Parts: sequence; C-alpha cells; structure tokens
Amino acid sequence: MSMEEKQNSQTSLDFNQNIFKPTSREEIVEIVKTCYRKNIPLEINGLKSKNKIGRNFQSEKTLDLSDYKGIIDYKPEELYIKVKAGTPLKEIIGELDKNNQQLAFEPNDFGYLFSGQSNSGSIGGVVSCNFAGSRRFKVGSVRDHILGFQGINGKGETIKSGGTVVKNVTGYDLSKLVSGSFGTLTILTELSIKVLPKPETSKTLIIKNPHLKKALDFLGKALSSSTDPSGGVFYPDYFGKDFVLNDLTHDGGLTAIRIEGPTNSVDQRANRLSKELGLLDQELSILDSEQSNIFWSRTKNLEVFKSLKSNLLRIVLPMSETLQVIQKLKNFEIKYFIDWGGGLIWASFDQLNTKILSEIKDTVKKHQGYITLIKVEEDLKASADIFTIDPIKYKISEKIKRSFDPKRIFNPGKMYTGI
Amino acid sequence: MSSLQMPKVDNAIMSKKDKIASDLREIINSKNVLSNPDELRPFETDGLTAYRQMPLLVVMPETVEEVSQILKYCNENKVKVVPRGAGTGLSGGSMPLEDCVLMAMGKFNKIIEIDYENRCVVTQPCVTNLAITHAVQDKGFYYAPDPSSQIACSIGGNVAENSGGVHSLKYGATTNNLLGIQVVLMDGTVTKFGGKAMDAEGYDFLGLMTGSEGLLGVITEVTVKILKSPEVVKAALVGFPSIEDAGNCVAEIIAEGCIPAGMEIMDKALTKATNDYSKAGYPIDAEAMMIVEFDGTEHEVEAYIQKTKEIAEKNNSSSLKISKTNEERLKFWAGRKAAFPACGVLAPDYMCMDGSIPRGKLAEVLNEISRLSKKYNLPVANAFHAGDGNLHPLIMFDANDKESLRKCEEFGADILKYCVKVGGALTGEHGVGIEKRELMCEAFNDKDIQQQLTIKVALDPNSLLNPGKVYPILRKCAEEGRVHVHGGKTKFPDIPRF
Repeated sequence: MSMEEKQNSQTSLDFNQNIFKPTSREEIVEIVKTCYRKNIPLEINGLKSKNKIGRNFQSEKTLDLSDYKGIIDYKPEELYIKVKAGTPLKEIIGELDKNNQQLAFEPNDFGYLFSGQSNSGSIGGVVSCNFAGSRRFKVGSVRDHILGFQGINGKGETIKSGGTVVKNVTGYDLSKLVSGSFGTLTILTELSIKVLPKPETSKTLIIKNPHLKKALDFLGKALSSSTDPSGGVFYPDYFGKDFVLNDLTHDGGLTAIRIEGPTNSVDQRANRLSKELGLLDQELSILDSEQSNIFWSRTKNLEVFKSLKSNLLRIVLPMSETLQVIQKLKNFEIKYFIDWGGGLIWASFDQLNTKILSEIKDTVKKHQGYITLIKVEEDLKASADIFTIDPIKYKISEKIKRSFDPKRIFNPGKMYTGI
Repeated sequence: MSSLQMPKVDNAIMSKKDKIASDLREIINSKNVLSNPDELRPFETDGLTAYRQMPLLVVMPETVEEVSQILKYCNENKVKVVPRGAGTGLSGGSMPLEDCVLMAMGKFNKIIEIDYENRCVVTQPCVTNLAITHAVQDKGFYYAPDPSSQIACSIGGNVAENSGGVHSLKYGATTNNLLGIQVVLMDGTVTKFGGKAMDAEGYDFLGLMTGSEGLLGVITEVTVKILKSPEVVKAALVGFPSIEDAGNCVAEIIAEGCIPAGMEIMDKALTKATNDYSKAGYPIDAEAMMIVEFDGTEHEVEAYIQKTKEIAEKNNSSSLKISKTNEERLKFWAGRKAAFPACGVLAPDYMCMDGSIPRGKLAEVLNEISRLSKKYNLPVANAFHAGDGNLHPLIMFDANDKESLRKCEEFGADILKYCVKVGGALTGEHGVGIEKRELMCEAFNDKDIQQQLTIKVALDPNSLLNPGKVYPILRKCAEEGRVHVHGGKTKFPDIPRF
C-alpha cells in the first residue's frame, strides 16, 4: 500500500451527505475516488461568486472548497504566492498589500452583479473562469500569471504541472489548460501565482466624449503609443453618472485611459498622451491615484450593472471590429461599456431570446469574436449555449475532457453538452 | 555520440521507403520529397549536435492543405512524423527518427499580414523571430521575445518550445505574446486556436500547444502581439566581489518594485571569456558581473537606474558603468550575446544547460556547480537570466572523447537535478526534447506524466507525431535515469513505449 493510499484509508468519509466541505487534500481524493467508482457527478464550488455562470447541469453531490484555504508559501522577493484553491481572493490581496505587491490581472468581482455586493470569490474560481480585468492588454490574462498548480483528476489522482519559477517549459503547460476550464477538467487544490510590485502611482485621463467612434480612436492611439497605458475603457452617456468623483463632475459619456508607474514618469507620460491625442483642457479631467483606483475598481466590479436583473453578455473581439459590432447590436435595446482598450464589450440586453441570441452570435462570429453569456434568465439559460464553440474544437475538447475526467464527473455539462 | 534509446524502429516502414516516397510525391510536388542520403544529411541534427540521425524521408510542404494531407497519409499508414522549423533547438526536439518522415516547414516563410490596428502580425511559421521585428520596426513596433538565436530561429519553433530570451522577465515568453495559431493535428484536422482577439473561447488549446515541442500538432500559422518600442533604453554594467553580493542585488532590485527589461549575471569565468572574445570592457576582476537594462520613458528609466545604483552600492558593487549612448549599451550586451562563441574558443565543445531556479538560490546553485565542476574535472562558465531565474551553465568538453561527453552529460544532469531540488525546473526555455527526457522523473511523478501522456494519446492515438521526445521512453518513472543501450539490448523490452 502506498503512503497516499494509507492516508486515504485513514480518513472516514460519510458519503451520505450531499455537500462535502473538505479541509484536506486526502479528503478530496477520497471523495473523488468514491464518485469515480460510483459514477456520481460532482458540482465543484469555491465561494460561489461565479457559479451561476455556465450551463445548468445535473449533479448528485456538491464539493464545497471554501474550507480548503490558506496561504502555503509567499515569497515577495521571488514574486510568487502559493495558496490552497479555496483561499478567498480578498485574503490573498490583503497579504500582498503588506508587501506593496498585487495580482496584476485584477480579476472581475462578479459579486455586485449576482448578489448586489462584493464577492471576489476564491482563487480557484478566479483561475477556473479566467476573466481578467482592465490590464488585460498590458499584462495578459489570469492564465498568464499561473506558474503551476496541483489538482485532482477525475480518477482521484493527484497531478501537478509547472512550479513556482517564471521560466519553466518542462512538459505540457497544463496551467494554461485548466485556467478557464470552469472546473470541468480537474479539482484545483493548490495554485502558484506570479505577483508583481504595485505601481507607485496611477493616474487616469478622463476624456469627456459621448461618441464610440471617437473613443475607439483615442483608445487605439493610446495603446499604440509609447506612453504604455494599463487600462482603457469607454462608458456611453447613460453610465457617466456612475463615475462622478471629486475630480470628475462631468456626468456624460467618457473615455478613460490609465497610466501607472513611478510618479515622475506617470506625470510625463500622462502629459505626453494628452498632447498626442490632441486633447483640449475643457474636455479632459485627470484623476489622481486614489480616485483613479476607485474608478478602475468600479470598472473591475462591473458596478454599472449592479442592479441588472438579467442578460449580461461578455463579448471578446479584435478591437478593429468593435465599432461595427456595436453598431449592429444597437438594433436591440442594449447598454454597454468597452474595456481592454477596445477588445472587450460588456453588454446588457433588455430583451433576449434564442432568436436574438443567435443573431448576436452570428454577428460576433463574423467579426472574429466570441460571446459568453454571463447572466441570463433561467428559461433562456436552459436552452441557450452559454459558451461558443465550433464542431472541431468541440471534438478536441471532448477528448481533453476525457483525458482528465474519463467518467465526466466534474461539473458535467457546465461548458458544453457532456463537457 | 552517447547512445540514447529512441522508439523502436518499424521495419515494415523501413522496407516500404520507396512506396512511401512515391505516395508522398503524389500528394506534394515531387521535388519537395527528399529521399537521397545526400539530400537528407542536412536534416540529421538540430542545435543539439551531439545527437544525429538520418530520417527515412524529408518532405517540404508548401501549403496547409499539403501538411494536412501528408499527416493524414502518415496517420493512416502508421508512419512517424517529426516536424522541424529552422533546426536551431538546443534540446533535440526536431532530431529525426530512423523511420520517420521529417516535415521541414522551411517553405512557410512569408509574413501574411501586419495589422497595426490590432497590433499583431500574422505570419507563416518559418519566418525568423527577428524578421517579425524587422517588418514592423519602421513604424516603431517590435516583437518582444528575443531568444539568443533570434536571427535564425523560426517563430513556429518558438511556439513549439515556448522560447524566452533576455527580456522575458518584463515581457514574458512566447506564450504570453501569442494571440493565435493555426494547427494541423496528426489526423489531418486543420484548426485555429485563438486569433486576433485577446482571449479565445473554451479550453486554452493555444496555451497547451505552446511549448508542446511538436508532439501535439504541426503549426502552420502564427499570430503574435507586437509592442510599441520603448522611447528610452539604458543599461548598467555592475561588477561584484562575490556571487552572493550579485544575487542579493538582484533580489533587492526586484523587491524594490523595479522590473527591469533584462537582468543578466555572468560568473568570472564567462566574464573573462566573453571580454577576451568581444572586448566589451567588462570588469574582469569581478567575481560576478551584472547587466541590468531598463526601458520606458526618460524619467522612468532614470528613476530605475538611480535606484539600481543605490542598491548595487549597498551590495558592495566594485564597479558600475551606465550606458551613455545606445552604442555603449549594445557594447555591454555584445559580450553576453557572444557567450557561446567565446566558450567555443576555450574548449573543443561545450554543452549549454538550461535550468530554472528561484532567484534567491543563485549563490547556492553556483557553488554546487563549482563543486561538480571539480568532481567531473570539466570547466564550466555560467550565464544567468537573473531576473527570471533562468541559469545557463556552459560545460566545456571534447566530443571526440567519449568519456568526456559522458562526463559532461552526467555533470549536466546533476546540475538540473539540483535545480529541481532547490525548487526550480529542468528547463526554463530550451525544452526537454531528447536531452532532458530521462530527467522528467526528477520533476514529475508517474501520475503527473501519465496525465500528460493521456493528453498526447487523446490527440495522437498512435503516438506518431514526434515520438520519443519530452517523455521518458520507459513508461514508469520507477525506471528513471538516462537510458543507455548496451550491445543493442534494452532493459524491459516488454514495457509499453510512448
């Protein structure tokens, strides 16, 4: 009997309960092994901040990882933190704060959207969904910051990939594959994540401007300039009032561009950028660090959709296509804002049904993008595809799913039929 | 050459060489199928020249459709295929097998589209890394990952190996600068992962393919991000009286929140060798020398350089020079970039290792390398991408002396094992290939490797695409260690082989 098997046989699992709340890896292994043996589908949850995203699926038992938490190892000078997957993001950010470091991918906080208040979720959930915030175009997505992981596959075997060093090309990069897999491939148990120093200063140029075309022009120029911005959004007129701050009294449409770094450099670049964009004093406000942070935090939290009951879509596309796609989407009753310097649209639809959805999907696909349904009414959710996929990639995804989870017991059907 | 076991040669395939060649000549232009030994010879090795093997045939497809048809044919006829880009890889990833069709992608050498609006370049895979930068630099853009071989290495090969370079601390490796690829799977399926958008839907196949060393698919098109060139770039050249001081200086620069564009350390042996070779003006008395480079706006770079100066002085720096002109900065780098030829002057052959370690373990690992150097009686010089912990010891030996090569390989393996022991990785950017294949069990247990092999089988059920690379030939990690062939007999002939 191996050491691992010995340990397993020592835990006594009461399998009659419907919700498991393990505190050790050994317990998780035993739960999965039992489910594997008995063909029992498992729903995997962290802090449930994003568990409404994805297709509805049948599960007999729930694995709640919220007690499987804690920081295992944090080495600020090595720029990594190793944590258990159920650790709240808030706790990690609090720890990094002490050393003036951050998770540069600033993941969305979906709590406002789904429950009206902050719930930034667990790190396992953040990685499983791979939704990165406004710095996306500069620092990459969540997956670009995952150095390694340990997880349990569908047979109950503990597997790992990567490590704690940034440069590592030993074997397939499974950290990428599990990021954004919505818990359908493996139960994440440990994650090693790259951390980065917080910028000394953040400043935000707010350009008063109600026109999307002009906004995309500003954003395109800013992202192609050597002033190195780290955020670029456009909010149309109807969202302007959500951003009234001390230094921002204008309440109409706005384009915001963030510049971060050492203080004198930020000043220099902000000045340069406003010149490069040909901005007049009366159309420009500049937010200092504190207000800039409030602004971007509201963006990250999708606060403009705080009271939205349903129908929020996330549309990723090449920025050259954004204008045309929005113009076509305006055939419907929508409210939207643009993030990622033009490469991401968050759009709410007053009315959404299968027919409209299929039109939207066709439009976005034609423009080389894809859609994820973030929040939709239950009856639509039951019939619509939440994620986009083509037949070839579906076939490959099925094979990959089976290679991790041969009996399809992890969140079965959460992403696609059978996956 | 040291004997390394490769997958069993399929004699049925060997005996059908002429038939396979003529079938392939039906699929593609007949002059693009090479079968004559003289034509095959240039393909017998890649950048890991200690290992050589002639392929059965070489095919040079010109279109995606041809790649797809060749793979489909080979899959149906159980013929192994080894993909090859520019052939500059250092871990033997594109070394042929005796019974393989080597797919040389050299004819895929055109840039397809430069898209400034989306800040990306769409290119065929055999365009060189540097050619991408050359194509966009007039407009002030560049492609960030810069492996030392960038003048010759292909972008498709960069994707296959997930290549890095001196600037990957700040800008990431290939995987972080890639938007999309078109891939042909072993069964001939053509598909695209990613595109011009920043993320792609569903499982991250783009991430899976990147660094998969040609085992999962053949890359036929690549879309990379391009960045605006920084306005100012400055470098500092700093000498230290000890490796410990240099290591501490690196740690402190990072801890202070400065992320340099590049941060390199060389030990005394390499500093002297490169200085002799390139007259770079290095502090040859220093035990360790650091080049640290910052890029950005003028104020930003000045602020970081000033901070670096303070930190270096605090850590006992013995000399410090800051580049005043771009020429001077390039001169600082000239020596470092000539590390390979400089070592070539010192010994008939050298082997470049590629381990990754936590930055803080630099002194410990270098001391161990120095101990091993004495044990094996082989000189070693060390280059280190200090910012991201990627260590490149250059072991000097004589390839004509079998004993010397054997010792060199054991020395190299001992270094990599030590890297793993201190929390690092077997390979930071060169890939596993055949070189580090048998060491995989140092980093992974049997379950980890099985999981990876299951993915391989899912996409290539007959294990025909680049077999014998990355994963140990013997299935169980219990059989770890370099596999030697003695008198043509292998151990455990009945164990399934991948």
